[in-house]
Amino acid sequence: MAVVSPYPWAPGYYDDGDRPQIVTSRFKYDDSYTLDRYHATGGYEGLRKALTMTPADVADEVKKSTLLGRGGAGFPAGTKWGFTPAGVWPRYLVVNGDESEPGTYKDRLLMELDPHQLIEGCLIACYAAGLSQCFLYVRGEMALAHERIATALNEAYAAGYVGKNILGTNFSVDVVFHWGAGAYVVGEETALIESLEGERGMPRLKPPYFPAAVGLYGQPTIVNNVETLSNLPFIAREGSAAFTAVGTETSPGTRMIAVSGHVARPGVYEIVNGSTTFRDLIYGDEFCQGIRNGRELKAFVPGGGSAPWWLPDQLDIPFEGRAAGAAGSMLGSGAVMVMDDTTDIPAMALTLVKFYAHESCGKCVPCREGGTWLYRIVERIVAGEGTDEDLATILEVGESICPGEMPHASSARLGLDAVPFPYKMTTICFVGPSAYVPIHSALTLFPEDFAARVTKREVRAKIPVLAVAAD
Amino acid sequence: MSRLTDANVALAREIIARYPRPKSALIPLVHLSQEQNGYVTEEAMRHVAELVSTDQVTVTPAEVLGTASFYEMFRFEPTGKFLVNICGTLSCALMGAEELMHHAEHKLGIKAGSTTADGMFTLQHAECQAACTEAPCLQVNYRHQYRVTPDELDTLLDELRAGRLDGDIPPHGTLGRVRQSIPTDKAVGAVPPEDVTEAPAWIEVTQ
Repeated sequence: MAVVSPYPWAPGYYDDGDRPQIVTSRFKYDDSYTLDRYHATGGYEGLRKALTMTPADVADEVKKSTLLGRGGAGFPAGTKWGFTPAGVWPRYLVVNGDESEPGTYKDRLLMELDPHQLIEGCLIACYAAGLSQCFLYVRGEMALAHERIATALNEAYAAGYVGKNILGTNFSVDVVFHWGAGAYVVGEETALIESLEGERGMPRLKPPYFPAAVGLYGQPTIVNNVETLSNLPFIAREGSAAFTAVGTETSPGTRMIAVSGHVARPGVYEIVNGSTTFRDLIYGDEFCQGIRNGRELKAFVPGGGSAPWWLPDQLDIPFEGRAAGAAGSMLGSGAVMVMDDTTDIPAMALTLVKFYAHESCGKCVPCREGGTWLYRIVERIVAGEGTDEDLATILEVGESICPGEMPHASSARLGLDAVPFPYKMTTICFVGPSAYVPIHSALTLFPEDFAARVTKREVRAKIPVLAVAAD
Repeated sequence: MSRLTDANVALAREIIARYPRPKSALIPLVHLSQEQNGYVTEEAMRHVAELVSTDQVTVTPAEVLGTASFYEMFRFEPTGKFLVNICGTLSCALMGAEELMHHAEHKLGIKAGSTTADGMFTLQHAECQAACTEAPCLQVNYRHQYRVTPDELDTLLDELRAGRLDGDIPPHGTLGRVRQSIPTDKAVGAVPPEDVTEAPAWIEVTQ
């Protein structure tokens, strides 16, 4: 049996030349990760072109492309670079390759199948924003990605693309491979920086809100996602106009979306941003080809484990941030998880609640205590030992993590109107709310699945308390 | 013998030199010790503390433990030659992860979280492994296996036990078998941030 099986959906899919391929153009080659293949397919031409321009002009070109961050928050990359305070040096680039949001599978592919594209993207960013050292932080649990990136960096140094006086210019930068050791929360950019400083990976208190102002070693630091940076060689080589020609004005370019769960053809697809809808993706012939075994769709998670769930009513929403937000969820990290009508909703929500409870770093009390509490309650319900009271307690605990109204989808079946994303939160980062989001979605959209699961019980007799003097 | 070997100390110094502050090398060095010893020992943590300390900044062994204990991958007790992590997060759960875990427990005769008596296998529940379209998935020493059926799991465990996959899957602790190596004539070199006051050479400062 093969130790690393090939990517099962890939044969044929990436060969199709009709589809815009900005970041996955080399996936069709068996040797996509080698320097030879990279050279043969336009590799490092973006860097060469960038080096003939001034750094400010390169930064301007990226800004004009309106490249949105692909890590989850969707912030424009060019704008983020502009947040570095004038005259403060040195500045660093930290690459966020700690992909671990449930359902997300794209950065690992980009690192394993096209590491040179990522390295070239890092170099372009460093040149444009004046970043004097780059740290490529790769999730610890990705041994193959480690090997491919280390090999690619060794090749790139030998070829003069990285290091001192790159391609004979005065542009010099080291790209350092760094590896994590397993902690979801480290995907949060300030936690990533803590981890890179050799500390426990806990998010920093805000403000300052952006590491671009105060980041690694207290210096201005740009933290960009792997997919975001992998778009830069194309933008530098072909120009921002070629990039914005794909997709829509508010969401240009493409996105890599991993669709998993109960679809006929799960896979990672590069889709046109902004205009492709969830229906295209889940039911389209070129993508997932519908629900497996001809079953019906029950619900889906549109943007990674932290995103509120959607119903079949939301299938026609496009991959566009504002549309997704208005419909009560987010596009997040490009991860769609599909559940058919055989799905045990409480049990599946439990896997996500467990994930976030387990991944809490322990810094904020509502997340540390609340997440674990939610996990225990949902576990009890799934085991058939929950009560009516437990359902009310879930909402009460949730209120302490996310006060006020929670975003959710509209449902014709339940007569619910959508509440827009995002929510309010009592924690520094999104791990805490993320423990509540899936169970809140499941409970709001499928109350009958929970009602059927809990055993009704009289509210316990109140525990005697000391009498309080009446006023 | 759980301090780093001379060869690994040389490698550790090379890694430390890449960072503006030595403590940044802490996690990579603990990985290196786990690669050498199969798990993270107290002596190794003492040694890592020595290596990342400088004349100005002392890093204590307790700080090394403080950082290392935060991270999932570091194990502080003897671990099987093969660490089998079966994913149980949503995408894998939808595709039968729980059944796969039950099957693995029966096949190995241990509960998740424990190690077989012969020291060959440690079995663990794991969270999302970024292979969600290939569910259910698992990792052996952080190498992925995709769309694993119970029968395939049996075959995999048999092959591993017989040593037939040793060429593909190194023992627990070893991550990438290729390391970054920066040639000295090409390296820009890491400078402590306080020693840098000017813009890099390619940036023209107008002011």
